[in-house]
Amino acid sequence: MRMAVVSEQSAPARRGKIAVWWLIASEVMIFGGALSCYILARTAGPGWSAEAAHLSAILATINTFVLLTSSMTMAMAFAAYQKADQRGVCRFLLCTILLGLAFLGIKAYEYISHIADGLAPWSGSFWSFYYLLTGLHALHVIAGIIVNIILLLAAGKGLHTGYRIEIAGLYWHFVDIVWIFLFPLLYLSY
Amino acid sequence: MFLNWLPENVSIHGAEIDSIFHLIYYITLAWFIVTVGALIVFALLFRRRDGQRAAYITGDRLPHAAWLLIPTALVLMLDLWIDFRGGDAWARVKLHAPPSELQIQVTGKQFNWEILYPGPDGRFGTPDDLQIDNELHVAVNRVVGLTLKSKDVIHSLYLPNLRLQQNVIPGREFHAWFQATKPGVFEIPCLELCGFGHSGMVGHLIVHTAEEYDKWVKEQWPAPSSPLKESDQP
Amino acid sequence: MGEGTVASPVKPPQGIRPTMSHRARVDPIRLPVARTAHEDRSFWRTYIFSTDHKTIAKQYLFLALFMALLGGYLVYVMRWQLAFPDTSIPGFGFVGPETYNALTTNHGTIMVFFVAMPILLGAFGNFLIPLMIGARDMAFPRLNMLSFWILFASSLVIMSSFFVPGGAAAAGWTGYAPLSARTEYTGVNWGINLWLLAHALEFASFLMGGVNFLTTAITMRAPGMTFFRLPLLVWQQMTASVIFLLSVGPLIAGAVMLLMDRLLGTSFFVPEQGGDPLLWQHLFWFFGHPEVYVLLMPGLGAVLEVLAVFSRKSIFGYRWIIYSTISVGFLSLIVWAHHMFISGMDPRLAMPFSITTILISVPIALIVFSMILTLWKGSIRFTPPMLWALGFIVMFILGGLTGIVLGSAPVNIQVHGTYFVVAHFHTVLLSVVIFGSFTGIYFWFPKMFGRMMNVPLSNLHFLLTLIFFNLTFFPMHAVGLAGMPRRITNPLQYEFLQPVQSLNVYITLSALGLTLAQFLFLINFVWSIVAGRKAEDNPWESATLEWTAPSPPPHGNWGDTIPTVYRGPYEYSPPGVREDFLPQDLAPSARSD
Ligand code: HEM
Ligand SMILES: [Cu+2]
Ligand SMILES: [Cu+2]
Repeated sequence: MRMAVVSEQSAPARRGKIAVWWLIASEVMIFGGALSCYILARTAGPGWSAEAAHLSAILATINTFVLLTSSMTMAMAFAAYQKADQRGVCRFLLCTILLGLAFLGIKAYEYISHIADGLAPWSGSFWSFYYLLTGLHALHVIAGIIVNIILLLAAGKGLHTGYRIEIAGLYWHFVDIVWIFLFPLLYLSY
Repeated sequence: MFLNWLPENVSIHGAEIDSIFHLIYYITLAWFIVTVGALIVFALLFRRRDGQRAAYITGDRLPHAAWLLIPTALVLMLDLWIDFRGGDAWARVKLHAPPSELQIQVTGKQFNWEILYPGPDGRFGTPDDLQIDNELHVAVNRVVGLTLKSKDVIHSLYLPNLRLQQNVIPGREFHAWFQATKPGVFEIPCLELCGFGHSGMVGHLIVHTAEEYDKWVKEQWPAPSSPLKESDQP
Repeated sequence: MGEGTVASPVKPPQGIRPTMSHRARVDPIRLPVARTAHEDRSFWRTYIFSTDHKTIAKQYLFLALFMALLGGYLVYVMRWQLAFPDTSIPGFGFVGPETYNALTTNHGTIMVFFVAMPILLGAFGNFLIPLMIGARDMAFPRLNMLSFWILFASSLVIMSSFFVPGGAAAAGWTGYAPLSARTEYTGVNWGINLWLLAHALEFASFLMGGVNFLTTAITMRAPGMTFFRLPLLVWQQMTASVIFLLSVGPLIAGAVMLLMDRLLGTSFFVPEQGGDPLLWQHLFWFFGHPEVYVLLMPGLGAVLEVLAVFSRKSIFGYRWIIYSTISVGFLSLIVWAHHMFISGMDPRLAMPFSITTILISVPIALIVFSMILTLWKGSIRFTPPMLWALGFIVMFILGGLTGIVLGSAPVNIQVHGTYFVVAHFHTVLLSVVIFGSFTGIYFWFPKMFGRMMNVPLSNLHFLLTLIFFNLTFFPMHAVGLAGMPRRITNPLQYEFLQPVQSLNVYITLSALGLTLAQFLFLINFVWSIVAGRKAEDNPWESATLEWTAPSPPPHGNWGDTIPTVYRGPYEYSPPGVREDFLPQDLAPSARSD
């Protein structure tokens, strides 16, 4: 069992990992760009804190917790893969997916209630940035969930997901880290 | 051969910009001649000849690499020279504006320059303000301060003869200044794409002699007893 | 193309197994594919949805040539309008100012994103990286195919934008806000949305391509191919990919913001509600300036390969060029605001950016010196690719030097936004896109298509291009110094431009000549693909690995074993050897000394 893992760690795994790191580097620049715009715009003018106060730090804290837990389950899926425990892989992948969906659900609830309160993307600079940043992030969460679902389906059919778990994990952790930046900058900044 | 393509300079700061342009012109011309000359000479000198092999030079070791590094160091020096000369000129034009003797507000809008004169009281927002589209009247040898604004998109105020250009941006206000040294009429094209009327968005700068300018002021503000306050600060 | 029959490469290092301890350089999965490739390959899989890097490279090349015809047609209309304003243009009709703005915008966008990028990165990178590093394909062949088809979709989007109500995007290829952010300012609605969509697809395509290039070059090198044995072209493609990946992110965010401004009514770049128009310019140029180096590097790479081969000499200062390339890459990320000296940003920023700008000329100058010194004591063969390479150097020097004029902040006040800028960036960009691309196409054509191109026709093409190129763009400097603004429809609307109108006419005629000269290439290209003389495996006696594969290389590139590398890429005329070059894969024992 161990042997199989080692051979799988060879060329394709290395390739996949390097590719994901480059992908993450360019994603860092996307979020870095958007976040710098937000910070620069915010330091340039007053009145942002009052808007930020409309956000619910409680929901966001729950969401942070959800996402962090999902990172943990993703890591556990990888650990299961290393132990060649196929059922564990399936179980933890499913947890990760469900937690991701829970995150999106809470996010959607937030969006809907803000828009119901008349706080839409066009309701001022803070809201434009809020929807931009969380929207971009949510798209990445969705992408991560799709990748995980593909892996789960493959693992469910008994196919080797192999090193792909690790690569998907790298990406998922990245998405998580982005949220760690968004959370204080948007929700805790009033 | 390019030096006389620049339009006639009629501002006091323009000569310095022109002289930097000349400096760059001569430095780059020299480099062009040297490098392209070397290229042509080498290409002819070392063209293929029967029975002759190329030399084996990798250029990685220092004695050879010196041929690479010394000219490169020279480039760096000349670059810095150009930059430091440029720094002074830039500061003079864009950073340290002298106190203006005439203050005028120019607002770009699709597709005109709205030019607003404060009138005899030297203040904007008073009833004697006068707006004339596309005509910028100033007096020769006076420091003119421009308040630059835009109503819609970005435009660029360009006064080629004064070596002056500044974008105008909606929501912001800029200050520019110049001092014209010669009377005459000069065009003010817009230099930033601003929509379908961008081509042909052009105003005129009319530099009057001192007497003519006084006459022009009298025509615009006929009220007898209010001479222009000259050293009014913005 | 996928025939499995493999002619034995020149001096095959048969039987030499990798001596390197590096993990699994020979991909166990792809090896069998190479042998059985021909069996289950339908027409569609071979020519259209192929995963073979060489076929994909050709697809990029053909797409780019097609888009170049389109971009050229747009420029023909523009130049005619500038020379003979408001006359009916043969093959088009009258051009109003709205149309003209759409023409410049799309000419710029198409030439940069659909001609230059596909040729220099798409075609050259895809074709050469695997062949030069001794890999059988890219690291992710299917992703590679996807990259191309996304670009293809993107080019359909940009072409379709001409046919939507309101016409195509007309806010300049730079798309400055607020002009681009609200429909009422240009009257263009869907045109700009589609223009943004085309960019999104384009960026996705080249992001995936860049990740693929980097992964390939890092993980798939043949045994013995260390980083300092890589041909410079590979280094330059890698650097180009890195700076593309790092610079495009903020603009992707910016493009989303611009689209939100347009569709959702947000105001990121519109001053109502506190948006900032300058922000867009920062985001655009943070990408836009590195982008020119993204284009430059592969062009430089092609020229360097050709210089070494046809002067039968090692590149002068191989390592210095690598260091310079990397410094240029990083410096290119901190010069963007030189496009914004008079934009209204804080004028105190001008000097720092002026200094970085002028600093970037230092490593570039080093590379130019090294190219010239490579000729020193060479044995120069004036083949078509070599002529293009020499032409490249001259034009690139000219364009680089006029950049110093623009990079000096005070002089920039005078020339920014005039035809001087147009002249400058066409001289540099076209030295890369025209001279660099043709250097590469004429050089690797035998490897790509297995046939030689016609030499007299190639030489004539070069001569006419060089002449008309200069006749077209050199006078533009003068027109620009005289103050002619960019992106105007009719120079006769300005009194101070009356004296230069004759020059405009003359530029237009030269541009026509330049365009017509390119048909010599097209004829030669098509004719040679069909009926050119068959090419040998290594017609130019080049030392790099791509020439050890058959011409054209089969799917999988090499037969049973991939080459093993023993030395650097430029061992020309080494002492003590009878031949005047040592291929990278020639085993040391086989040396004739
Ligand atoms: C036959 C060759 C070409 C000619 C005669 C030509 C001519 C022109 C002219 C006259 C303009 C300025 C139009 C204006 O400002 O009103 C222009 C703009 C431009 N061209 Fe070209 N061009 C050629 C090829 C290329 C190529 C190969 C590229 C890119 C790699 C390119 C990139 C651009 C760009 C980026 C612009 C700026 C567009 C804008 O202002 O938004 N051109 N070209
Ligand atoms: Cu304009
Ligand atoms: Cu730049």
